[in-house]
Amino acid sequence: MSDVTEASVRAEARAWLDANWDPNMGLVEWRNQLADTGWGMPTWPQEWYGKGMSSPLAAAVEEEFQAVGAIGVARAGIRMLAAATLLEHGTQMHKEKFLRRILTGEDTWCQLFSEPGSGSDLAGASARADLKDGKWIVNGQKVWTTSAHHAQFGLLLARTDWDVPKHKGLTYFVLDMEQSGVEVHPLRQMNGHASFNQVFFTDAEILPEFMVEGLGDGWKIATTTLMHERRGADGLRGWAMGTDRPERAYVEERAELATAMAPYKWYPQRMGRVDLVMERAKATGKLEDPAARQEIAKLLVLSKSAEWTARRAREAQIQGRNQGPEGSIGKLAASHVARLANHVHTLITGADAMLTEEDSPMDGVIAEILVSTPAISIAGGTDEIQRNIISERVLGMPKEPRNDTDRPFRDVPRNIR
Amino acid sequence: MSFSFTDEQTEFRSILRRFLAEKSPSTEVRRLMETEAGYDEEVWRRLSQDLGLTAIHIPEDYGGQGFGFVELAIALEEMGRALLCAPYFSSIVLAATAIMNAGDEAQKRDLLPAIAAGDCRAALAFTEDNGRWDPAGVALTATPVDGGYQLDGVKSFVLDGHSADLLVVLARRPGSTGSDGLSFFTVPGKADGLSKRLLQSTDATRKLARLEFKGVSADLLGDDGGAGAPLSRTLDQAAACLANEMVGGAEMLREQALDYAMMRVQFGRAIASFQTLKHKAADMLIDVELAKSAAYYAAAAADGDDDLPSMASLAKAGAGEAYMQTAIHAIQIHGGIGFTWDNDTHLWFKRAKSSQVFLGDASYHRELMLQRWQD
Repeated sequence: MSDVTEASVRAEARAWLDANWDPNMGLVEWRNQLADTGWGMPTWPQEWYGKGMSSPLAAAVEEEFQAVGAIGVARAGIRMLAAATLLEHGTQMHKEKFLRRILTGEDTWCQLFSEPGSGSDLAGASARADLKDGKWIVNGQKVWTTSAHHAQFGLLLARTDWDVPKHKGLTYFVLDMEQSGVEVHPLRQMNGHASFNQVFFTDAEILPEFMVEGLGDGWKIATTTLMHERRGADGLRGWAMGTDRPERAYVEERAELATAMAPYKWYPQRMGRVDLVMERAKATGKLEDPAARQEIAKLLVLSKSAEWTARRAREAQIQGRNQGPEGSIGKLAASHVARLANHVHTLITGADAMLTEEDSPMDGVIAEILVSTPAISIAGGTDEIQRNIISERVLGMPKEPRNDTDRPFRDVPRNIR
Repeated sequence: MSFSFTDEQTEFRSILRRFLAEKSPSTEVRRLMETEAGYDEEVWRRLSQDLGLTAIHIPEDYGGQGFGFVELAIALEEMGRALLCAPYFSSIVLAATAIMNAGDEAQKRDLLPAIAAGDCRAALAFTEDNGRWDPAGVALTATPVDGGYQLDGVKSFVLDGHSADLLVVLARRPGSTGSDGLSFFTVPGKADGLSKRLLQSTDATRKLARLEFKGVSADLLGDDGGAGAPLSRTLDQAAACLANEMVGGAEMLREQALDYAMMRVQFGRAIASFQTLKHKAADMLIDVELAKSAAYYAAAAADGDDDLPSMASLAKAGAGEAYMQTAIHAIQIHGGIGFTWDNDTHLWFKRAKSSQVFLGDASYHRELMLQRWQD
């Protein structure tokens, strides 16, 4: 591959885009072209809609797309987690049936992992799948399910064996969401939004060929999905927005993103909006208050230090050096920043902090910050779980004794009622 | 702005770490902190002549090595880690930097080479009995007398002021106030009319002196009345350096506390297996790593001037809180033995305490940071 350089890849991408990109095309038609040629997912293997390219070269391709305003494959939601998981663990049939329609945006996916009874302890899932008359019959409940209300398919982690230890009795399935045994209800959060769903299964059915790998392999495969989630492969971390250009493909992309991102309008607020602190403190006059100044300064010290720690981690990653501890503490640091930002915004806002929606400053944004930051220290791994991970994996401290992994799952203690 | 160290810088750090582990074990720290001078002549000779540490950030034209504050900060982080007892911060970080910022060409050529070689140990006398870290608190006067100047007044909290060969003294024109009328002067450590007293400092590894000037003849350093800007820059650079020294000490405390928790068994388990200690250890890691990031950023900023003032204060405020909090946790994790004299933890605890205050505490620097914030 010595003849492939960044320059040659860029030239090739540019030439292909010149010849093929047309914003007046329909979005699905365009994305089918991306899938056919491999330009949509250059890092994927050649036989599956990719070009087998390295990440740095793929990044160069993406820049060429941006340069001409060419739309890429569908990324919003958790479809990329589904794609990455199926690429690694799926059968030929799974890949044929699902991958292309993930890339074109025709199918939306959801992840059916968390349950009311198993949040941090994900391997304690108790939604069950039982084989009856040649079909898997699913019963139970999942929760915090992004996009479930408009998803065609779900990645399901279900218990298929209660007589083995918890991690060994789980199996991974692709579930058809559009069937009568699946009921989806929005889950309203403390900030009033309903960004997630609760999903109830009553004798929902799965054909045996939609099991991913074998019986009892569920935990291993879920780990792949979660690893991609941690790397930020789900299209929910950033705030995606279409352009306002008039051509057909842009219009269709805008509609797609609006649907996908609507439930997450509050996501910037859950981080604490440190960026608003100085302008707000000037506006309310609190920047003249010595006590408030100390709190504002504490927040700036913390948020800058967290930002630079993330930069250190990224730099180490780019240089291929061993990432030091700075790589593992970002999530916990973000929780601290959000919590302190909430405190400072309250201090700056004064009595108006008691108001919400249009009566609250900045058309409700401040009120939304004040009731949204608690999410940051829970979602995607609680602060407590993060501390366990840091102490065990970074600092090498011993695990606490457990009483759930050495016995059949049916004998593991459950919530006390 | 770089967020990583080069291979050369990393190699420099590991050489230093080995040298300091050998020359500054806690037994040596304990021996030297009980002496009046507070350092070992032979170690000073090796670190200045063999390793060139006293020359790091001094330009080559003045006998230095011409590196920047990033390299100086690496040295300080390692010294803070090893709790090195030496007049390094006083002579190199404070006095040499003040001369570099304030002196004219001839004065720099005259004064810096001996400091860079480690032959002359200098100290910066800028604070007084009122303990203020800003120049407005200066009362010591410099009166012009037949072609020279005469200093009268008191300087206090002068780092290594009792043992320095050369004093760089901040004084004001009689009748002036605030930052106006301030000048730097140089005075030999053994000048007539100068009396020195070693203060009883809690942190015995950091020697502080009180100096009384009675009609002491002094040479002007830089412009008459022009010390305001160079002093401010010197203190910002010193704050950035101190932050790096502090995070080195904090990391050492964090590691020692972790080692102890892994070794100590109670209730039939290593105490490191208790979640309450694991979470504390994770919090300590975050405190130290965030403070390190800020200290590194400030060190890089110290070579330029765009955002040094606010970033130096940010780093000093961050390091001040992190070092002290780490020290408190470290004592707690050690339990009873952590409160004994024989256990080494208190040596770093006391350095954390003196560092928390020296050059201004966290509240002071948070206020300073906001005044200088650019957005």
